[in-house]
Amino acid sequence: MDGSARLFGDRPPGVEQQESTANFLSYTVGLGLAILATIGSFVVSQTDLLWAPGIPVGLVVLAFAQIGVHLVFFLHLGSGPDNTNNILALAFGVFIVFLVIGGSCWIIANLHANMMAMPAQMLH
Amino acid sequence: MTVTTIDTAPAAIPTGVARGRGGGGPAPTRIVVAYGFWIFILSDIVMFSALFAAYAVLSGNTAGGPSGRELFNLRNVFIETLCLLFSSYTCGLGMLSAERRQAGHFLIFAALTFGLGAAFLLIEISEFAGMVSRGAGPSRSAFLSSFFSLVGTHGAHVTAGLVWLVYMVGQVLAKGLRAAVLRRLACFSLFWHALDIVWIGVMTLVYLMGAP
Repeated sequence: MDGSARLFGDRPPGVEQQESTANFLSYTVGLGLAILATIGSFVVSQTDLLWAPGIPVGLVVLAFAQIGVHLVFFLHLGSGPDNTNNILALAFGVFIVFLVIGGSCWIIANLHANMMAMPAQMLH
Repeated sequence: MTVTTIDTAPAAIPTGVARGRGGGGPAPTRIVVAYGFWIFILSDIVMFSALFAAYAVLSGNTAGGPSGRELFNLRNVFIETLCLLFSSYTCGLGMLSAERRQAGHFLIFAALTFGLGAAFLLIEISEFAGMVSRGAGPSRSAFLSSFFSLVGTHGAHVTAGLVWLVYMVGQVLAKGLRAAVLRRLACFSLFWHALDIVWIGVMTLVYLMGAP
């Protein structure tokens, strides 16, 4: 009993230790950056600011930037020791998401390219 | 005899160091609960990724029906995006006031979050109703089926979030801002921020790439 009290620094396991990295400033900075990224996405898609074939790439880059802003400023996913498990889980989730979306697009594009031309009456 | 064997090994670990890697004793409940809910959110996002994949594959198959270019109204999408973004912001500020035990501020921010979320949902419902009335419902083409499943699932999540928010306000009023209620609020805010992240994907892939 005495050993465990020493181990947890007089704090029984599971008791709240109030500390938060969140504050008003971080939310406001996050909101500003997210609005900038959103306006950027709409401008890129609606104007010819970017070379036309590069627009999807620009949109994807801006979307990832905004997701990063949300993760850091709204979800407070930092590099602290409390966040190690969260980051690892996120990395695994991102891996699965890329596997599902990228894999589906790759396979279906391949099937589509190898498909025989269909007579018009079979489409109906 | 048993006491001494238990006591020897872990006492060497300094307190407060290397938490989250198994050393220094168990993490606080607040951290563990948020981690468990974070796993749920990631599994939810994996489910969304299947809907995104279906949309990416089927978005060109309009079967002679209307395409996204004819259907989407980007002005509405921009307003929807701002509604969700500002509701994420007010949700975060609400969490801050809850952590500081300022119940009055929390209720104001919760009301703002609810209002912005409801505004988003109303715009989305009117968009869906307009499309169905123009004969562009989910049964028209593979493109529209995948569009309605992806955007509709996100809308259903927002609806669930609004119900959850009302329930959390009820808990704060009935029980006060005690530790257990704060943990549930933290889970709600994770959920709400995650919905905003999914919306960034919807906005980019469906609306901005679909209606150039």
